[in-house]
Amino acid sequence: MIDALTIAVAVTALALAAWCGFATYRDEPTKDWHFIGMAVVSLLGVVQLIVAVVQLARGRSPDQGTAIFVAYLIGAAACIPATGFMSLSERTRWGSATVTAGAVVLAVLEVRLFDIWGGGSA
Amino acid sequence: MPETSATSAADTAAPAGQRRSLGTGPGRLLVTLYGVFTVAAASRSLYQLIAQFDLAPMPYILSAVSAVVYGFITFSLVRGGEGARRAAFACCALELLGVLGIGTWTLVEPSAFPDATVWSDYGMGYLFIPVILPVTGLVWLRRSRTA
Repeated sequence: MIDALTIAVAVTALALAAWCGFATYRDEPTKDWHFIGMAVVSLLGVVQLIVAVVQLARGRSPDQGTAIFVAYLIGAAACIPATGFMSLSERTRWGSATVTAGAVVLAVLEVRLFDIWGGGSA
Repeated sequence: MPETSATSAADTAAPAGQRRSLGTGPGRLLVTLYGVFTVAAASRSLYQLIAQFDLAPMPYILSAVSAVVYGFITFSLVRGGEGARRAAFACCALELLGVLGIGTWTLVEPSAFPDATVWSDYGMGYLFIPVILPVTGLVWLRRSRTA
């Protein structure tokens, strides 16, 4: 369950990065559709956070430590909302570039989360 | 429009006569990246200093130092103004020296580093962003001076 979510978040984050990267290339600020995309990725991140916390509460412990895992989870959930707000107040292509950077960071965080959890094994 | 702006955007992004703001335009991207690295380096070194200090005290302290440097640059970029620009410029230079120095040090004498720092191997574990970021920062801050 959590592995599938991790992969889903990583893939949608990369798609968002490509989309906002294209907007940067086109010299456009983030538009409504981009914000809907950000909302989808953010929602997935929050779902992942909730599912992971439930799993932790059930006694499953991540391979590389709970503290690191929770820190990465929070970072992953906060990534897109934070950069989204940054792009709200930067109505140029650089706002789009900011979201692109945030989405790439999120994808990297998901890879790390996969490792920390001990992905594939359970 | 996109064709022309792709190359000239960096030049037009620092408008003349404006009060020096460092965190808008391309600076916004820099603020974001520096913010991410502040959080990453700070949480990493905090955890390591608390949980496993004895394992590799020196690398962990170096990570903490890098977190402070990142934090200060982020703050300066957000604050803006000439004083902050100069301070951020000095810190970016310090950051670049740190990355290059520690990067070389980790390659020459790996035994001094039982565990990695943010700046080990020129920041390879972080997609080399630690070495790209200060260079970009120095260029941006230099450009802002003439604004």
